[in-house]
Amino acid sequence: MDYLSSFALSVPEEILSAGAIILMLVAAWAGDKAARTIGYASVALLAAAAISLVGAPSSGALGYSGAYHADAFAAFAKLLIYVTSAVAILIAPSFFETDNEPLRAEFSVLILLAAVGMGMMVSAADLLTLYVGLELNSLASYVLASFLRRDGRSAEAGLKYFVLGALASGILLYGISLLYGFSGGTGFATVAQAFHGTAHGDPAYYGLLFGLVFVLAGLAFKIAAVPFHMWTPDVYEGAPTPVTAFFASAPKVAAMALTTRVAISAMGPATHDWQQIVIFCALASTILGGVAAIGQTNIKRLLAYSSINNVGFILFGLVPGTAEGASSVLFYLTIYVAMTLGSLICVLQMRTRDGLPTEQIASLAGLSRTRPGLAAAFAIFMFSLAGIPPLFGFWGKWEVFSALVAAGFWPLALIGIATSVIGAFYYLKIVKTIYFDEPAVELAPSRSLTEGVLIAIAALFVSPLGYLLIGLISPMTDAAAKSLF
Amino acid sequence: MSGFPILSIMLAVPFVAALWCLFAPGSPESRDQNARVTALAATLIDLALGVVLWVNYVPGGPRWQFVENSALFGKFNWALGIDGIAMLLIVLSVFLMPICILASWKSITKRVPLYMATFLLTEIMMLGVFMAQDLYLFYVFFEGGLIPMYMTIGIWGGARRIYASYKFFLYTLLGSVLMLIAMLYMTQHAGTTSIPKLMEYNFASQAQTWLWLCFFASFAVKMPMWPVHTWLPDAHVEAPTAGSVILAGVLLKLAGYGFIRFSLPMFPEASAHWMWLVFALSMIATVYTALVALVQKDMKKLIAYSSVAHMALVTFGLFAFNQQGIEGGFLVMLGHGLVSGALFLCVGVVYDRLHTREIARYGGIADNMPAYATFFLFFTMASVGLPGLSNFPGEFLSMMGTYEQSSWAAFIAVTGIITGAAYMLYLYRRICFGPRKNADAAAMPDLEPREWLTLAPIALAVLWMGVYPESFLKPIRGDVHLLLERLHPTAPASDAALTIPHPNVPNGPAAAAAAGEH
Repeated sequence: MDYLSSFALSVPEEILSAGAIILMLVAAWAGDKAARTIGYASVALLAAAAISLVGAPSSGALGYSGAYHADAFAAFAKLLIYVTSAVAILIAPSFFETDNEPLRAEFSVLILLAAVGMGMMVSAADLLTLYVGLELNSLASYVLASFLRRDGRSAEAGLKYFVLGALASGILLYGISLLYGFSGGTGFATVAQAFHGTAHGDPAYYGLLFGLVFVLAGLAFKIAAVPFHMWTPDVYEGAPTPVTAFFASAPKVAAMALTTRVAISAMGPATHDWQQIVIFCALASTILGGVAAIGQTNIKRLLAYSSINNVGFILFGLVPGTAEGASSVLFYLTIYVAMTLGSLICVLQMRTRDGLPTEQIASLAGLSRTRPGLAAAFAIFMFSLAGIPPLFGFWGKWEVFSALVAAGFWPLALIGIATSVIGAFYYLKIVKTIYFDEPAVELAPSRSLTEGVLIAIAALFVSPLGYLLIGLISPMTDAAAKSLF
Repeated sequence: MSGFPILSIMLAVPFVAALWCLFAPGSPESRDQNARVTALAATLIDLALGVVLWVNYVPGGPRWQFVENSALFGKFNWALGIDGIAMLLIVLSVFLMPICILASWKSITKRVPLYMATFLLTEIMMLGVFMAQDLYLFYVFFEGGLIPMYMTIGIWGGARRIYASYKFFLYTLLGSVLMLIAMLYMTQHAGTTSIPKLMEYNFASQAQTWLWLCFFASFAVKMPMWPVHTWLPDAHVEAPTAGSVILAGVLLKLAGYGFIRFSLPMFPEASAHWMWLVFALSMIATVYTALVALVQKDMKKLIAYSSVAHMALVTFGLFAFNQQGIEGGFLVMLGHGLVSGALFLCVGVVYDRLHTREIARYGGIADNMPAYATFFLFFTMASVGLPGLSNFPGEFLSMMGTYEQSSWAAFIAVTGIITGAAYMLYLYRRICFGPRKNADAAAMPDLEPREWLTLAPIALAVLWMGVYPESFLKPIRGDVHLLLERLHPTAPASDAALTIPHPNVPNGPAAAAAAGEH
């Protein structure tokens, strides 16, 4: 295949990489004064990359000798990734401005590089593309987590993320080597062929199975599914809040889409073998994500457990291994990023009168009287995360459980949805603090118009108005899911 | 009326009013007053529309009237439409709403705009449940009602409001999520989300069994049936007066409506199969909750337990598989909606004056509050089932239907009437009669005009239902017949083994005519 047509398939990555390198040079010469300008330029680059998805990058063609898949699935995931990355860049300046460390110019560049890595992840059609994309994203993320250099918690978060991330990468790489050894190739198609062609009792099949288990374990680290979730609360708590918002959204989309693609494209013939692993991770995540969140006093830790809980529900969509299931995963992710970004931007607004950020849930007490608008938005996100209709979060659960029931997994669906009640408890706790309790600390009024607008957009999206979008989003996720099969 | 989307408008009016309550400009005092007036106006408009609905409803006409349908949501539809059963429940809801707003006029002083908006949202959700003709639209309204009720109990409730609000929310949520899975299964097997179509679809009998249980989990909690009733006394006790009225008056009817709309017509075989379960739980509820009500020291708790006992009569009737039972069960729902709502208002009247619900703190107030004592007695009698008042026709029909199906169940059900009279009369004696032992209770002024306005309309409705129940039976008769046709093939055998007397027997025609009257 000629390189020119391959290049055409990966235009979004090219725009972002070239832009990131140029902006890095600008940052080196212009210094931190230009941080805001670089941020806006990065958002423009992300927008350009998103527009370039129309055409060749979503055509369904395989490029780079079968290592890169430019299909509708990748395009949909990339769209989500670019939008959420742009949000993370937009909310950063006002956070860093008030902390005695000004925003460094490299922030946006790192997010751009992470976005390139995530784009590679979701487009991967080869285990090595997968690994390279994952590492590019991870390395940028480690730096972002410890971006507040003078804050001990931030440094700890970065270190923890790095050590555990490296361990996960090691596990993943070991699994990849096993798959390579027993299938003779690293392409997803080759691996699928090997699973298909090897008899169940054959010793080689066990080798492949070991590879499958290790690869899934490595990916479970990245999506923070129980039992590989331990890093999440510490990293979410320690990282600067805009970075937490980024971690909770874009890399989650990328890793989840990647897991879906690997499970279906590379391990599709072994669906029955990975199903039990995914079922266990899904149930364990929804239960532990719900129970462990109850005792939290820090809102960012609580949202970390909430993201674990939500990953569990997303994994339920993967369980059947059907097109409907993959479509539900994408749909849930779409709603999930809106809810989680919205609630983390609300956390950004939590500042005391003297301008210091606070993360204690107790400081939200009585928010409905001091800042009614923010309180309403917060409550909308919480009810939506709990999956209570008429908010849009309910529809994510609907999609996922609909796919489960369609594939005949209704007993699992009954157990799964019952675990959502555990989660509802702590979301209600936040609403209770905001609406029922007497005001404790008075929070400062908002200073950032950007944050206000973004909160409003997210709140409108998850409000009942979101239901009007089902007819629009659903065909997109269905088309994306179909391209996997 | 065809083409005029009256149902959507009934939902839109409270919504617009809620927005205006929240966002109207002005000083805090003027915003409070504005919210009260707006809410009252909106609920009155809905009441007027409800009357229009009743007047234009054609009994014996098409099964579904005022139908609207637009494919707004991609995978489900904005499908509204009502039959006689839904119509009467809608009328009950819109009738109670303005009364609730009036009852909160003075007793709610903090965060009035939010309170009124929450109430209006509750109204939208309740009406939506009765109007929805799409499975998921129903679910959205059914579940969505939890949010405003949670807020009402949690913000404006009593001392243990937080506990009560959590308990209310989580109990009902756990029941409802199971129903969602059953709904997903149903739409995938029947290939439609339309409730009217699903009501005619025959599910395999094995699937029916577990589908029925999933729906039952939701409705039993909402009803509430023993042993999952425990959220109700807590929620009632802690909720503000108007919250209790809506909770008892309308929210509890959602479950009975659910049985009529889903469990019975969609899973007739399973309904027959599980009839023993419903009867057993109802029998326990009748005896147990009546005994618990007897020993209550808190007025609201006592009335809450009496609600559970009355709801047992509803479930008896609905699962009796005959016309008397189903019509009776439905009439009890309507009657209880009026009477228990009125009783909670009565409690609210004295609570506003003395700020306690403890029965022992009152006594002999018939002397200083004669008008109040009269109304209270009237509603107590209605609750007891005095002939001529609203609960009698329903309770009578329900027990008659139950007897036709199972004489043992009817035997237990009847004891509920006796114990019901015992605890209600005992409550009334302790509050209104006897010595005036508490000076502050003896100094309470009688009803003010606003309170007259809340109690008198309900009293009239109670009298109307008791004297001429036909007005309320006529719209539902056709729907009950259709339901019975659906249930007939699977109706379980009756142990009472009633036979219609042969016309040759002396007195035969007279007896047959007497039976035909009901």
